[in-house]
Amino acid sequence: MFKKKWTMLLLTSLCLALVLGGCGSKGNNGGASQGGGEAKGDQVTVTFMHLWPEGVSAGQNKIVNQIITEYQNENPNVKIKQEVLDNEQYKNKLKVLSASNELPDVGVTWAAGFLQPYVEGNLFAPVDDLLNGELNGKFVAGTTEAYNIDGKTYALPLEFNIAPVYYNKAIFAKYNLEVPQTYEQFKQVVKTLSDNGVAPIALGNKDRWTGSLWYMYMADRIAGQQTLANAISGSASFKDEGLIKAATEVQALVDSNAFVKGFNGLSNEEAKSEFLNDKAAMYMMGSWDLPNFTTNEEIPQEFRNNVGFFKFPTVEGGKGDINSWVGGPGVGLFVGENSKVKDEAKKFVEYFVTKWGEQSVTGAGVIPATKVDTSNLELPQLYIDLFNEMNQASSITLFADVQMPANAAETHLNMIQALFGKAVTPEKFSEEHDAAIARGQ
Amino acid sequence: MDKVLSNKKIIALYVLPSLLLILGVVYIPIILTGYYGLNKWNGISAMSYIGFENYLALAKDSAFWSSAWHSLLLALFSTLSLVIYLAVAMVLATRIKGANLFRKIYLIPMLLSSVAIAQLWLKIYHPTNGIVNSFLQSIGIANPPAWLADTSLVLPALFIPILWQYAGFYILIYYAALKNIPASLEEAAKIDGANALQIAWKIKLPLAMEVIKVTIVLAVVGSLKYFDLIYVMTDGGPNGASEVMASYMYRVAFRAHDFGYGSAIGFFLLVICLIITWIIRKLTATKDTIQYS
Repeated sequence: MFKKKWTMLLLTSLCLALVLGGCGSKGNNGGASQGGGEAKGDQVTVTFMHLWPEGVSAGQNKIVNQIITEYQNENPNVKIKQEVLDNEQYKNKLKVLSASNELPDVGVTWAAGFLQPYVEGNLFAPVDDLLNGELNGKFVAGTTEAYNIDGKTYALPLEFNIAPVYYNKAIFAKYNLEVPQTYEQFKQVVKTLSDNGVAPIALGNKDRWTGSLWYMYMADRIAGQQTLANAISGSASFKDEGLIKAATEVQALVDSNAFVKGFNGLSNEEAKSEFLNDKAAMYMMGSWDLPNFTTNEEIPQEFRNNVGFFKFPTVEGGKGDINSWVGGPGVGLFVGENSKVKDEAKKFVEYFVTKWGEQSVTGAGVIPATKVDTSNLELPQLYIDLFNEMNQASSITLFADVQMPANAAETHLNMIQALFGKAVTPEKFSEEHDAAIARGQ
Repeated sequence: MDKVLSNKKIIALYVLPSLLLILGVVYIPIILTGYYGLNKWNGISAMSYIGFENYLALAKDSAFWSSAWHSLLLALFSTLSLVIYLAVAMVLATRIKGANLFRKIYLIPMLLSSVAIAQLWLKIYHPTNGIVNSFLQSIGIANPPAWLADTSLVLPALFIPILWQYAGFYILIYYAALKNIPASLEEAAKIDGANALQIAWKIKLPLAMEVIKVTIVLAVVGSLKYFDLIYVMTDGGPNGASEVMASYMYRVAFRAHDFGYGSAIGFFLLVICLIITWIIRKLTATKDTIQYS
């Protein structure tokens, strides 16, 4: 009787251990070989975690699968195992996996501030050997630098984005408006639209980084790119006269009803739908939204024909020039420092980045971080125009919230919402920035 | 069967799986959270022990105290609204026409997930196309407020869907408690000439008291750790005007990469909930329970 009980106890705990173990063992079979009947060398599996689910990013998802299939055909001893999550889930899972040191062999990361804690935790492998190898000189200038920490590059960028102001040509034509070249003209456009009861600008500032784009351009045009860059890196102060003036101008725009009603409570998606429904005349957003205005079949052709873009106008007496952009690399690929198949993972990354450059242009309509010759490709005019603008860019300032360490970025974003909501003065806005950046981490 | 259940080893055996689970999933994480709160940790790199620094920083963090104040307000309103839920349940428990239909109507919000409710109310509050503002405009208010973007209005605007969301739950609990009261008591009171209000006040309320106490604890603790609807609808904004303790914890830990501080907030939240539960139980303690039989 006694013995039986203990057997049962043992069995129960065993079942429990199996159940619990089952939860955690996913993605753990890094180097496991699978049925390598005809394979000559060692069969290796490279795990690849990315954020292009079929439902949300159909274009990208297709390309990823194409590249993987091609790669597996060329390298029969390698098997690429995908794990796909959507954006927010991806970020959370990456953190959890890092804490338990179970990162995938290859994964997606963002630049600068996002990257930093992972590099400090020795979780990402430097990929400088790839950069100096076959990929040397293939990247658009300024893209790989964002992934550089203390002289080493920790990921290879896939996309490059800049943020233009998209506008609705039909609305502009209706009120005889022309694309503004100077800030004075821009204010006039805003006034005409607002007087006629049309919301001038769609802005979803619940997401906060959307408002940050407007502040950054204002700062860039008034104080100049270098001043802004120095303030963000902490080598200069946000109390610079020009930067304070930029914050003041943002509040002046708010006062002139430039943005849709209730923008501080609207998400970017909600604001975008105001623009897509002809209810707002302008919308500033990264070039990642290009497919919505060119090839996305779900948006009426008539609307897509009406979308144009312009560069943020110059401000009289300001230091910035019109060819300076706010933007930055989108996501990049990293290789896990603790990966058991590091060499294979690096080879795959090299292959992926090269192929992605060509295919993402035609397949997904995104602008890649590698140099691509678009002259022989048949592409939407809007895409080509923006692409050409990017090649003429005089400077590109990385999105502030990406550039700053996470904690300071959070303060920046909160302050942006407060600035737009007129809850802080431009002076206080600058002070809080300086304090947060000085605190570091 | 009795013989089996009186065997202590067998009892231990049956309890063991769920005990292990609850230890692993609930208690150990709580202890770990308290421990993380004593460290400076970004959730990725190595931890460094800093003693009670995070907890001391918490005492001076005005953003945290304003979120705590919002949580407290929510707890207060949830508790007050229990009176309305009880009144509705009392009406539904009497034999009125269509009681069944009304019960279903009140219960429907319970079937929806918080995210769906949030999406629904986002549409309702939309500054230009929402039902609320369309209605206000149609009755002549030219410039109705943008509910979720206005720092002074966002909190009440959020409380309404939250209270609406839980109405069904509490009404159901009260309904069940009231249905448990023997009809004979009510009939006896009626014969003695008591009116409906007197029956409600003198008979039903005292007999449902034990359940009411439980619901007060549920409402208060539930409000203090409330998160989902606010996260989806306003993300704590604008400018932290609708930030509650749980959403602030999420912001600190996952957005600002400060897991140590976030854990300190989480642990503090647990302590507050325990203290408040204890206070409520003390305040509502009665020496002799009312019995009916």
